[in-house]
Amino acid sequence: MGFLKKIKPAFWDRRDPGLELMNYRRLWANTFWAAVAVTLAPLVFLAGINFYQFENQYELQRNEIDNHMQRMLATGKVQISYFLDERRAALAYVNLENAFGELSNRRHLGAIFRHLRQSFGGFVDLGLIDASGIQETYIGPYNLAGRDYKDQDWYKEVLIRGIYISDVFLGHRNFPHFVIAVRHEKDMDQTYVLRATIDTGRLNELLKATDLQPTGDIFLINQQGVLQTPSQLYGGVLSGFPLLPPKGAAQWNGIHEAEDRFGRPLLVGLAKVDGTPFTLVVVNQPQVLLKKWDLLRINVIVMVGLSVLAILAVIWWGSNNLVNRIYVTDLRRAAVLHEVEYTNKLASIGRLAAGVAHEINNPVAIINEKVGLMEDLLGVSGEFSHKEKFLAQTKVIKDSVKRVSDITHRLLGFARHLPMKTEQIHLENLIKEVLGFLGREAQYRNISVNQRIPPDIEPLEADKGQLQQVLLNILNNALAAVGDGGEINIAVGPLGDQQIAISIADNGVGIPAEDLKSIFEPFFSTKGDKGTGLGLSITYGIVQKMGGHIEVESEPGQGTTFTIILPKRRPPANPEARTASGGAADASGQGGITA
Amino acid sequence: MKVLLIDDEKELVTTLSERLDLRHIANDWATSGEEGLELIKRHAYDWVVIDLKMPGLGGLEAIQRIKKTSPSTRIILLTGHSAAEDLDHALELGADRYLVKPVDIDVLLSLMQTDKAQEEWPR
Repeated sequence: MGFLKKIKPAFWDRRDPGLELMNYRRLWANTFWAAVAVTLAPLVFLAGINFYQFENQYELQRNEIDNHMQRMLATGKVQISYFLDERRAALAYVNLENAFGELSNRRHLGAIFRHLRQSFGGFVDLGLIDASGIQETYIGPYNLAGRDYKDQDWYKEVLIRGIYISDVFLGHRNFPHFVIAVRHEKDMDQTYVLRATIDTGRLNELLKATDLQPTGDIFLINQQGVLQTPSQLYGGVLSGFPLLPPKGAAQWNGIHEAEDRFGRPLLVGLAKVDGTPFTLVVVNQPQVLLKKWDLLRINVIVMVGLSVLAILAVIWWGSNNLVNRIYVTDLRRAAVLHEVEYTNKLASIGRLAAGVAHEINNPVAIINEKVGLMEDLLGVSGEFSHKEKFLAQTKVIKDSVKRVSDITHRLLGFARHLPMKTEQIHLENLIKEVLGFLGREAQYRNISVNQRIPPDIEPLEADKGQLQQVLLNILNNALAAVGDGGEINIAVGPLGDQQIAISIADNGVGIPAEDLKSIFEPFFSTKGDKGTGLGLSITYGIVQKMGGHIEVESEPGQGTTFTIILPKRRPPANPEARTASGGAADASGQGGITA
Repeated sequence: MKVLLIDDEKELVTTLSERLDLRHIANDWATSGEEGLELIKRHAYDWVVIDLKMPGLGGLEAIQRIKKTSPSTRIILLTGHSAAEDLDHALELGADRYLVKPVDIDVLLSLMQTDKAQEEWPR
């Protein structure tokens, strides 16, 4: 909440509803959203287009992966077919060109075996099996001559179909190979079979040489899904391939999607090699291939996101700043208007008071002289009854006249000086005058007002009426702050050569720290309906106009000290300032004019 | 020493005059500036005590004319209040003292007496 309070602009809460000329929140919202719409709309639009194009590109890339797999499957299939066809054709040729008698000659068959190895490679052994299924002649590393194949499935199949290609199996030496068997075709009476074992190493090399993507895999499986060549992903020969498509012949050709054991998507392409038990498998990880595209997409999203955040932040800041300035300016203007109103009111009251005071002053002067005359006459009269009582009465009348004239002089003192005027002010007298207005309240409430003013303090050049107002406002606040029986201390002293400090300290309720910074703001009041919130603001303005400043220290519960610091000489900025010498208008009313 | 009192309030000047009489100070009084000037033309006065605000010929103008007519006469200006600009003006026109109403006769007399010494003025 503290953070929120910190970033919340001043105008957000309607603190001074009386002063606010418009709804600043709405102004802020209009500014903010208009700016957001204007700046973000093109960005969002462009990002949308970009995203759309990107999606298209992405789809193209995916298709390209598919196409590449299709091509690999097609070419791989052709190569495997070719490899097998070559060897089958070679065997068929040997079968055609050589009669059973020739082939059964071990030497002749050995020569053919050597030629086959040299020409085609991959041949491990070669055997001739006669019509009864007995291996007549065998050239190869094992001793298989005379073996009976009559009851074996492959033998039956080769007799029926003329050709047989076996699954891959591990032989005696534990290396993978497969068998191609070809029936003699020329002479239908002479049924014999030429059987060769082929090393799968050549097949592996063939597959390895294909244009395989780095994360892809290519290998052969048989109809049971057993690996016929080693795979990078699924293990060696005769391991099981886990990603067989669901049953159905159609699925054995083409590309389908699957998942690896980590749940990542895979593309599995299958192509059955016709006439063999083999199916070519190509596996690809599209995610890996599309990674840079995904990264690009993430980058774009992050950049757009950051831009949006930055724009929002700038607009937020700008709107706050703008509306706040308008708000502050409006407040200030309203405050000035109020101040003018207040000053005018003060001036009217002042003029009225001056008029009344002046009118009262004349009869009072007459009463004063009359009672003086009465005293004079009593003084020269002889004794008569009640003479003492008469004298006592005249004394009371004189005292009362003095009181009335004190009041009229004070009123006149305040009423004067409406325009800023500079004169020599003796702070002691001034403070006495101000206290004359407030002293009665202090007396009633038993508040002691102590003054510490050095007698040799230099007079101050300032506007008397305004300085009176400053002191009156601060003393008024001090009186409001202290409880009955409280204490107010007024001290005056020089501050350096050029300034004089007047401090007014009370032991009242004090001002909380959060209010302290606002007390000079116009219309800030802690007195509720009783305060206008103008007093300290006007005070501040006057002191500033005088070229001084006000400092305030406060401790809630302990009290508040206002210190007014004023230059001894008025700054020459005001050309109207004119030094007028004259007697201080204290109530005794005597004085001289000095040149 | 002869004193002329000028104030539009007749009760004030007559009472003051009577009080000066009681103190054996020769004095005349007038209730307007014009009347006062007439007296000054005819008699010599050491002091003129004149009110600042009067109908007709006001105090400030009267001071000017008194000084013209009788430069040696010293003038005490009576004011309702010590408005600095008026006092300033009065000083320029030739007033020597001012006194704020209501007038304390002892203060008035002391102002006239201290003049002889030409010392610092009481403030």
